Amino acid sequence: MFNTNDILETINMIREDALDIRTITMGISLLDCVSDDPGRLCANIYEKITTKAAKLVEVGNNIEKKYGIPIINKRVAVTPISLIGGRHDRETFIRIAEMLDAAAKKIGINFIGGFSALVHKDFTNADRTLISAIPEALAKTERVCSSVNLATTKAGINMDAVKLMGEIIKKTAELTADRNSIGCAKLVVFANAPEDNPFMAGAFHGVGEGEAVINVGVSGPGVVRHAIERAGNLDMSGIAEVIKKTAFKITRVGQLVAREASEQLGVPFGIVDLSLAPTPEIGDSVAHILEAIGLESCGAHGTTAALAMLNDAVKKGGVMASSHVGGLSGSFIPVSEDSGMIDAVNCGSLTLEKLEAMTCVCSVGLDMIVIPGDTDNAIISAIIADEAAIGMVNNKTTAVRLIPAIGKEVGDYVEFGGLLGAAPVMSVNKFSPAKMISRGGRLPSPIHSLRN
Amino acid sequence: MKAVITVTGKDNVGIIAKVSNECAKFGVNILDISQSVLKEYFAMIMIVEINDLNIDFGKFVDEMTELGKQNNLQIHTMHEDIFNSMHKI
Repeated sequence: MFNTNDILETINMIREDALDIRTITMGISLLDCVSDDPGRLCANIYEKITTKAAKLVEVGNNIEKKYGIPIINKRVAVTPISLIGGRHDRETFIRIAEMLDAAAKKIGINFIGGFSALVHKDFTNADRTLISAIPEALAKTERVCSSVNLATTKAGINMDAVKLMGEIIKKTAELTADRNSIGCAKLVVFANAPEDNPFMAGAFHGVGEGEAVINVGVSGPGVVRHAIERAGNLDMSGIAEVIKKTAFKITRVGQLVAREASEQLGVPFGIVDLSLAPTPEIGDSVAHILEAIGLESCGAHGTTAALAMLNDAVKKGGVMASSHVGGLSGSFIPVSEDSGMIDAVNCGSLTLEKLEAMTCVCSVGLDMIVIPGDTDNAIISAIIADEAAIGMVNNKTTAVRLIPAIGKEVGDYVEFGGLLGAAPVMSVNKFSPAKMISRGGRLPSPIHSLRN
Repeated sequence: MKAVITVTGKDNVGIIAKVSNECAKFGVNILDISQSVLKEYFAMIMIVEINDLNIDFGKFVDEMTELGKQNNLQIHTMHEDIFNSMHKI
């Protein structure tokens, strides 16, 4: 039978500590939608998404009710559009984005990911067309998310793509300048992008995946923080144990929801992503976990070490709780989506350089960071290159989601609303990397990739 | 299959009666009740069997929530699997 304490613990986690399922993401392959007729291609895409994911929201809501746990997002990730766009022109790619937007609206989801290209070694013509269409596609749509993978440990870094993405991010910011450059919040640049990531804006349905799949992302920074606070005066081994146990419990709920969603939708279960994903909501912050461990403010010296332990303990606890683990599986440190991170930036404790150091031990990278709108394209490219190098050398996923907010300067505050949150504009090192960026070419892959 | 119903709120006459009456109406069998009153605050955890539930589980959850609202109580109904998953290996 049930133990009263266990019941109360679960209920407390949900009610008091904001435990929730961050997302149920259905991956859908669009490879069979290919057509040389633009109209037909768009119609195929729309039909496939709205058929496969027709019941996604309904099923999500049912599960939410059955287990009494909030499921914040239901989303769809599709095959990278550059792979199905073939020889079509830029206008058709933009039409495809609009079609994805319409399909997302029809099935009632807030984001759809996969307006993506994989260019870690070089571009195909379709990749180039897609990337050139990104700014307009993101400006014209509301729910479409875009990502570009431009580095892997095996292939190195495509520096031409790094240069190009600096320009594309800036252009996206300009085209959505009237909405605080929100287009950039839907555009991620990756190194070692996972094929089964359920989290936006970087989700796409990888080529190694099947027809359709259910991936689930859990969330629970508040739960972890409270567990640490309740644990009292333990040494770091003790804290790691507390985090592990908590992560186990959180992930078990993710596994339960993933299994149930997979059954009800008749779509295979893919993975549970073991990430600690914050939300702008009070009490749902990764920065506050680090502070509960014993830092005056996130960003203080010691933050990287604390984050390394947190990230590792979450994985160790989570991996036993789920039959398949994948996606990003790390701690997210998006500035605008985490109230503790925002406070740390505001009080001067957290800088871009410290965030970069933190990404060396944590999965995601420089996420949702607002920089001045007049930042040089080459600087944006160079930030991408640094982050990609960290991912490439350390065999891990890193990402960059920067928002050069047009017309804003350091000290200004930018509101995106909803889960995207709000953030202060952060200062950027202004010394020019332009000559290096203009060189282009490829950064060779590091030696440890030659393992075979 | 079982579910867990938790009821919290200001203590009053007939809370258990109202909740169990609603359970009976939908074919829900009560297996266990643990209840405590701290000052004026009432808290109850009820384990129930839902094999013979005569409506959809989601609707039952809504009905119980509604009953709570009418009586100034918080009633949450959750399927047992979430507790089993979280606390048993």
